[in-house]
Amino acid sequence: MQFLSAGQIVLQSFVRLMPVWASLAIVLGLSLAFRKKLGLYGHVVQSPTGFVGLFLVGFWLFAAIFGRAIGLFDPLGQIAEMKDALPGAIDPHSGLPYLFGGDKLARDVFSRVIAGARIVLIIAPLATLLALSVGIALGLPAGYFGRRVDSVLSFLANLVLAFPIILLFYLLVSPGILETPIPCTLAAIFFAFPIALFSVFFVAGYRAQPMKHAIRLAATLLAGAWLFATFVFDADPFGLMRVSPSTLNIFIAVALASGPGIFRIVRSLTLDIKTREYVLAAQTRGESPWYIMLWEILPNARGPLIVDSCLRIGYTTILLGALGYFGLGMPPESPDWGTMIKESSRFMRIFVHPALPPALAMMSFVLGLNLLADAIREQSLRD
Amino acid sequence: MASFLARQLGVMLLTMLCLTLIVFYLVNLEPNLRKLAISQTEMHATSQELEGWLVRNGYRRPFFARYATWLGIWPKQPAVDPATGAASPRFSYCDEPKAPTFSGVLQGDLGCSTKFRTKVANKLGAALEATGLLMFWVMALMIPVALAVGVISGMREGSRTDRTLSVISIATTSTPEYVSGVVLTIVFATWLGWLNGSAASATEGHLSFYNFTLPVVTVSIYGMGYVARMTRASMIEVMNAQYIRTARLKGLSFASIVLKHALRNALIAPFTVIMLLFPWLLTGVVIVEVMFRYQGFGQALVDAAGNNDIDLLLACSLVSVMLVLATQLISDIGYAWLNPRIRVH
Repeated sequence: MQFLSAGQIVLQSFVRLMPVWASLAIVLGLSLAFRKKLGLYGHVVQSPTGFVGLFLVGFWLFAAIFGRAIGLFDPLGQIAEMKDALPGAIDPHSGLPYLFGGDKLARDVFSRVIAGARIVLIIAPLATLLALSVGIALGLPAGYFGRRVDSVLSFLANLVLAFPIILLFYLLVSPGILETPIPCTLAAIFFAFPIALFSVFFVAGYRAQPMKHAIRLAATLLAGAWLFATFVFDADPFGLMRVSPSTLNIFIAVALASGPGIFRIVRSLTLDIKTREYVLAAQTRGESPWYIMLWEILPNARGPLIVDSCLRIGYTTILLGALGYFGLGMPPESPDWGTMIKESSRFMRIFVHPALPPALAMMSFVLGLNLLADAIREQSLRD
Repeated sequence: MASFLARQLGVMLLTMLCLTLIVFYLVNLEPNLRKLAISQTEMHATSQELEGWLVRNGYRRPFFARYATWLGIWPKQPAVDPATGAASPRFSYCDEPKAPTFSGVLQGDLGCSTKFRTKVANKLGAALEATGLLMFWVMALMIPVALAVGVISGMREGSRTDRTLSVISIATTSTPEYVSGVVLTIVFATWLGWLNGSAASATEGHLSFYNFTLPVVTVSIYGMGYVARMTRASMIEVMNAQYIRTARLKGLSFASIVLKHALRNALIAPFTVIMLLFPWLLTGVVIVEVMFRYQGFGQALVDAAGNNDIDLLLACSLVSVMLVLATQLISDIGYAWLNPRIRVH
């Protein structure tokens, strides 16, 4: 078997990632050129931590987008000769190299890591969004109304927080549970939150601009119905997307694990903001509580929430990896980073190369998000 | 203070009750019971035999009756042979009672582990001891390093040292245990051969630097950056306080300002953070114990969950929820105790 030299591996990987470099150069170049007009984002790009954070997150974002064009091989395809092949080994059939080597089942590690980016970058942000909407929808009333509402909701949040996460995952993401109605019920409850949140948002603002908000409300309900059909019942009326029950289960478990944390932050932000003058003014005007919560308090809590969401996506990625590491939810041949780490860590004494790329991928993506969050926090505090 | 404690304890008990009820419900779902029956009966058992095993061992009795039995407010029933009507202990390896007796959590009986074929108390005791040892070394490594890093980077905000240490802290918080474990094992065990990539021998009492360093470091890394960041923020706040400026204007040396005036006040906030970190570390402990094959609490939890070992799983969740709630309580009380401006009421 023929091998590429170390220099050739680096060069060829660089060339394969060309679409990513090009997009990164365009996006970061434009951001730097117009940084003066971009407000907070401009400041973030300019700061060193923010730039590195954006670079890392952007790298994986574009890697996920161009995944099919970058990978040389099918992430699930096996070529028997390439079992445990060292980095740079050339496949005798196609003459193409396994840049980062082959794993125990003779699959191309390079293509798998890139394909894994797509899985991680779809599930982690969406699950975070779901958790965010649940956290906002419950945290606002808990902080605003206080008393009984707060006691009950805080108790529930603490209950989930007291659950050891691994146990929660084992109980909720086991294959057996797919036979029960629990995942669907939980999904129905969870996906109802974003729809309800947006509906209430537009209904509460209805008085100011009736026509505009009526249209938005209708759009929300339509989009919500589609979302509900697709995710909860896996019956997309247009046949655009398929969400398998086990993927849905992962969504639910991850959202359930990070929802209470967001709830707590939203609650404490609400407690702080509700004593401000503009909230008192709105109360004096006789605005409804939901109008005050969604149109007065929420926009003013956005700064810390954006920072937290950044950190939270990283945390969700870590949770997702933990699910993969314990072999829960994902199919065993899935190229997501957690499953790859699990598969390769068993043979780590003999073959190192399949374990390192997914581990570094996970680390760099989460690091990028954390640096970005840190830069946003620093820059927003400066003004 | 007394009423605060009483209320907190009440909430704790309620949380434990709710949580164990949820776990009890989930482990008793039909697919999970079937999994248990399959693992406990012989290979190729027919579905009738599986059903027979479940009925004989009382898994088909009403849900709440079984939960009450586990709690100890309902008598525990022996297994009854449907043909002869003779009563025998359910699981012989746990010397369960032959006659109905009240024996549950309230009586101190945690039940019987079907996976390890021993009493839950025996299994869990040994596992907790092993994990306690791991946690002790994790804390002994993590807390001093994290506090030192936080204080050093926070005492001169924006300096080069601060920037370097901050980036390192952020990097460690972005490295989950299963990533740092893999990377550290590759570097120190596979490449350098300095350390052992398995802690299996540590479980048998042969604890050494060689086999225990990697697990300890792996768990510590993830939490270290977080504590350091919190310490840094707290230190920055203190360094900007009026009394520090006064001390500076009095002409005290920088070292004496940091050590005598700032340090004590800056360490109040990290105390809370460290306490609340315990439950978070628990996840890391599970991952690390599985990765390094260390027979502790985390490994027991994973084995119990994988085999639907009902009693062991319930005991594990009870232990971890107790840990979470106890650390919360300690952090509340400790915060008030350390900070004279706050009074618990």
